[in-house]
Amino acid sequence: MAIAALQLRKRSVLPGFGLALGFTLLYFGLVVLIPLAALVVRGMQVDSAAFLKTVTAPRALAAYRLSFGASLAAAGLNVVFGAIVAWALVRYRFPLKKVVDALVDLPFALPTAVAGIALTSLYAPTGWLGRPLAALGVPVAYTPLGVVVALTFVGLPFVVRTVQPVLEDLDAELEEAAASLGAQRWQTIRRVILPEVLPALATGFALALARALGEYGSVIFIAGNMPLKTEVVPLLIVIKLEQFDTGGAAALALVMLAASFVLLLTINLLQRWSTRRRAPLGD
Amino acid sequence: MTTAPLTAAARPSRATAEPWPVRVLLLGVAGVFLGLFLVLPLVAVFAQALENGLAAYGAALVDPDARGAIGLTMLTAAIVLPLNVVFGVAAAWAIAKFEFRGKSLLLTLIDLPFAVSPVISGLIYVLLFGAQGWLGPWLAAHGIKVIFAVPGIVLATLFVTCPLVARELIPLMQSQGTEEEEAALVLGARGGQVFWRVTLPNIKWGLLYGAILCNARAMGEFGAVSVVSGHIRGLTNTLTLHVEILYNEYNFAGAFAVASLLTLLALVTLGAKQLVEWRTRRGGRAERAAEAAPAGGIP
Repeated sequence: MAIAALQLRKRSVLPGFGLALGFTLLYFGLVVLIPLAALVVRGMQVDSAAFLKTVTAPRALAAYRLSFGASLAAAGLNVVFGAIVAWALVRYRFPLKKVVDALVDLPFALPTAVAGIALTSLYAPTGWLGRPLAALGVPVAYTPLGVVVALTFVGLPFVVRTVQPVLEDLDAELEEAAASLGAQRWQTIRRVILPEVLPALATGFALALARALGEYGSVIFIAGNMPLKTEVVPLLIVIKLEQFDTGGAAALALVMLAASFVLLLTINLLQRWSTRRRAPLGD
Repeated sequence: MTTAPLTAAARPSRATAEPWPVRVLLLGVAGVFLGLFLVLPLVAVFAQALENGLAAYGAALVDPDARGAIGLTMLTAAIVLPLNVVFGVAAAWAIAKFEFRGKSLLLTLIDLPFAVSPVISGLIYVLLFGAQGWLGPWLAAHGIKVIFAVPGIVLATLFVTCPLVARELIPLMQSQGTEEEEAALVLGARGGQVFWRVTLPNIKWGLLYGAILCNARAMGEFGAVSVVSGHIRGLTNTLTLHVEILYNEYNFAGAFAVASLLTLLALVTLGAKQLVEWRTRRGGRAERAAEAAPAGGIP
């Protein structure tokens, strides 16, 4: 181990390591790392008083509130319903199961702008769902609730796809043992299954949250984009850019980037937790 | 009649299954949730696209601006796809087949474009190449346009889609290990031969799906492209931006007609994923069968 740690890489007979890693680093550096570094440097260049003024302006604060609030709500909805969908897909038999399973990935494949206009047309006051909901006194499109709907759509696959493999690998003997020891079904679910699934649920929540925070395409159509009311942070960045306020856009983007980094780190830790939990069962 | 013994066999014992009302309730909740969030939007796209009849649908697709948008979208994908396939294969080869310091850091960094808002993915190129950006004055002096032009759209799309192929290949190649490549080397194969004859056939289905996914995301990218494009009709409008413009002009049928093309692409991508998963499973089974069978027993 000590020797391996000193070397750049462990010895291997396979060729092409230098070429492959060199190309990877060069390409990734040029396309991703250098441009991102440019954002950090540009954000830092903004005079600190102006930076603070931009990122704490009432319009920015309202946008953070909406972005974080709606993203948390959407990720929460996805945990509840995503867990139920994953459970149904793994445990129950029903017609068209393969099609339903494939369809869960739709939000990954469908362009966000298409999702945005489709959801807006459904939930607009004249839409198939918007009309009855408006009659009930619950307008969805052009309100914060509409933002939650769009963000729930984009985050839908994450919880299902993180929980599904864990449920599939779950040892049936654990449940049988719990049942034979006299546990009620709901006790088994709460005390045996839930603890196993918890890390995957948390990972799925964090992934859906990270995706929702940065979402732009599906939100801008359904949100209505009223300043202080239904403006998400990514939209505010675009507005700053359109007003040629690149410094302001960079400052807001830097705040969002910091939030993304924290989430990415959390997701990594959660994934480590979940593989550690699953390791003794897998072997 | 014939299904009765099947369901009886598949039905779990009562102690480890929910009572049937709970089962029905959970299935109902899952069905309503997926119906509301996945099926209805899909139906809405096609229903609205065909609202004014097939003729209007066709007209929206052959409109010169729409054709320009289709052309630009295909050009972007044609540039982005090969670059990201080469990057994905190189990154997966280095990460999956070798142990080196900083590997887990690299693995985390590769996910960065997924963690960053698409708006930020566009913004970073505006900061580099825009009129007020670092290279802006130099580019302007040499008459090169990046932002509000095709190169900016290509760069933003590259950024957003660059992890896709690598992400698809890394777990696949890690699970395959290095034994087959080492065997080929021992038998005298050269580096290139090892890759083309041993590695590539093993990863071809994963690579194909990665490429299809990368293509779909490149053609469907909206946020990042919207920031760098400038929305110049017929010049810097991709399909998704064309959808936005039509929608904002209240030309809903036209917007949904163009959107239906992108929706079909998404559905094809989902189908391809199923096909690839089925091929990999079948490939795995055939391999196991070949290993189990006595030498020469397989026709």
